[in-house]
Amino acid sequence: MTVPLLETQDLSVRFGGHVAVDAVTCAFRAGELTAIVGPNGAGKTTYFNLISGQIPASAGRVLLDGRDITRTPVAARCRLGLGRAFQLTNLFPDLTVLENVRLVIQAHRGRGFSIFSLADAQREVTEAAEAVIDRVRLTPLISQKVSELSHGNQRKLEVALLIALDPRVYMFDEPTAGMSVDEAPVVLDLIAELKAESDRTILLVEHKMDVIRTLADRIIVLHNGKLAADGKPAEVMASDVVQEAYMGKELEDV
Amino acid sequence: MIVTLLSGDRPRSPLLTLILLAILAGLALAPFLFPGVRSLETAARICIFIVLVASYDLLLGYTGIVSFAHTMFFGLGAYGVALASEHIGRGFGALAVGTVAGAVAAALLAMVIGLFSLRVRAIFFAMITLAVASAVAVLVSQLSQITGGEDGLNYRIPRELTPAFRWGGKLFDVNLNGKLLNYYLVFFCSLGLFLLMLRIVNSPFGRVLQAIRENDFRAEAIGYRVVRYRVAATCISAAVAALAGSLFAVWLRYVGPDTTLSFEIMLDILLMVVIGGMGTMYGAVVGATLFVLAQNYLQNLMGLASGATEGVPVVSDLLDPDRWLLWLGVLFILSVYFFPTGIVGRLRAGR
Repeated sequence: MTVPLLETQDLSVRFGGHVAVDAVTCAFRAGELTAIVGPNGAGKTTYFNLISGQIPASAGRVLLDGRDITRTPVAARCRLGLGRAFQLTNLFPDLTVLENVRLVIQAHRGRGFSIFSLADAQREVTEAAEAVIDRVRLTPLISQKVSELSHGNQRKLEVALLIALDPRVYMFDEPTAGMSVDEAPVVLDLIAELKAESDRTILLVEHKMDVIRTLADRIIVLHNGKLAADGKPAEVMASDVVQEAYMGKELEDV
Repeated sequence: MIVTLLSGDRPRSPLLTLILLAILAGLALAPFLFPGVRSLETAARICIFIVLVASYDLLLGYTGIVSFAHTMFFGLGAYGVALASEHIGRGFGALAVGTVAGAVAAALLAMVIGLFSLRVRAIFFAMITLAVASAVAVLVSQLSQITGGEDGLNYRIPRELTPAFRWGGKLFDVNLNGKLLNYYLVFFCSLGLFLLMLRIVNSPFGRVLQAIRENDFRAEAIGYRVVRYRVAATCISAAVAALAGSLFAVWLRYVGPDTTLSFEIMLDILLMVVIGGMGTMYGAVVGATLFVLAQNYLQNLMGLASGATEGVPVVSDLLDPDRWLLWLGVLFILSVYFFPTGIVGRLRAGR
């Protein structure tokens, strides 16, 4: 068997006495879209934070291509190909849409330290940014300040920043959270498009079961920080643990 | 051509364009428009403070770093020129050596401070700069054998830059002497340094600094090593401040703790940035010009006003020239109250 693209081994993090992620061992193969589900507080976002490096792990390892990156800083992980979009919108509010995307592309091309050239004169960077902005349908708002955008459009831009990174692993954390019913499909279609285009590896934290059913190749369930189930969507959704841990709770909430 | 010189960063407001042009023309023609020793001193001070304030804005306004050590870097440049002129002897070589040494020392010191403290919270950097700047100020006043202590240093600059050097007769009643050359040295160096900084903030590097100011967490997450950029910005800012200090030393032919290192100047710089508008290089121009003019001429203006209202009891006392600091304070409170984004921010936002 080949080495999985991304792997976590006994990955754990403890906040005081609370174990938020508890010894999660899981491998993600290239070209697979894995949905990560679980009730609120199950540790999904924390698990993401451990993989992309925002939170240091208390124990266990994160491997990318078989290489241990558990202690690698966030920026370096990003350059190794771990791209992350955030659940709470996390942009550069006082800059325009174009500048936000351009910053990502410029980082990708290692141009951040060119001090005497003009940012606006980087034609290729601007063109690449415009192409990404077009994909998320934000072209009409390209020179708006991000702080002036609607929540839905900020979510689209959040996705655009991830696309602009062109990572090897895409990590989406509830990409449609708080979006209106009309807007959410734009983002979901984009994820479907990304999935269809060659063999992209996507991790998706999502609550909407219909979305998961159509998009996911595989589902893993986190419950109280532990890996509770892992398998094909149909199997996992039918399993008792999901009915109990996730679907059951959802129904109660409603 | 002009847009290229401005690095594509236009004033973006007709009124601002007008103000900037007026300041540029005023400074460029200062010796001819406003003859007199005092007005020339003021003009040179404005030029130098524009550079100093702009370099501080690179840190505060563009990168979001608060530093209290900016006068220390300013002082390093000034003392560099003073010490070199004293030890190497009068000459342009000494000025060059002092200037380069001051700028390099400033950048290195900034790098050390930055590497030690910018990894953690930004407030920590502010505290460290405060501590280091106080230590350096004390050191300079104590090491009187080297620095002249509180008295400072008087030294000789090349004769070509002094009033004794006459190279022509008169033009529009202005003596064509070395002082005039010295002024234009200050003016053109300041202009060059300002345009350089305008270029830096509009470069890809400058955009990263703004991204860090806006959201350092996300900047890191898209692959920028935030610490490196912060340290680099600190070094550039320190080096430019030192260059401004060197110009100041060449102009004044004197350095002392009060003129270059004092905490009062640090506060002045802060006020100039805030009044002009943070994160807009042009704010430095407007802020420095207004502030230095107010510092130098508010007293005279009040003398006139006080004289005019002599008969009115309370008003004439309030307008007494001795109360000028009070009124300076009132002006600042009003300007911060009415222009929270600075004068430039306000002008760009439109009415």
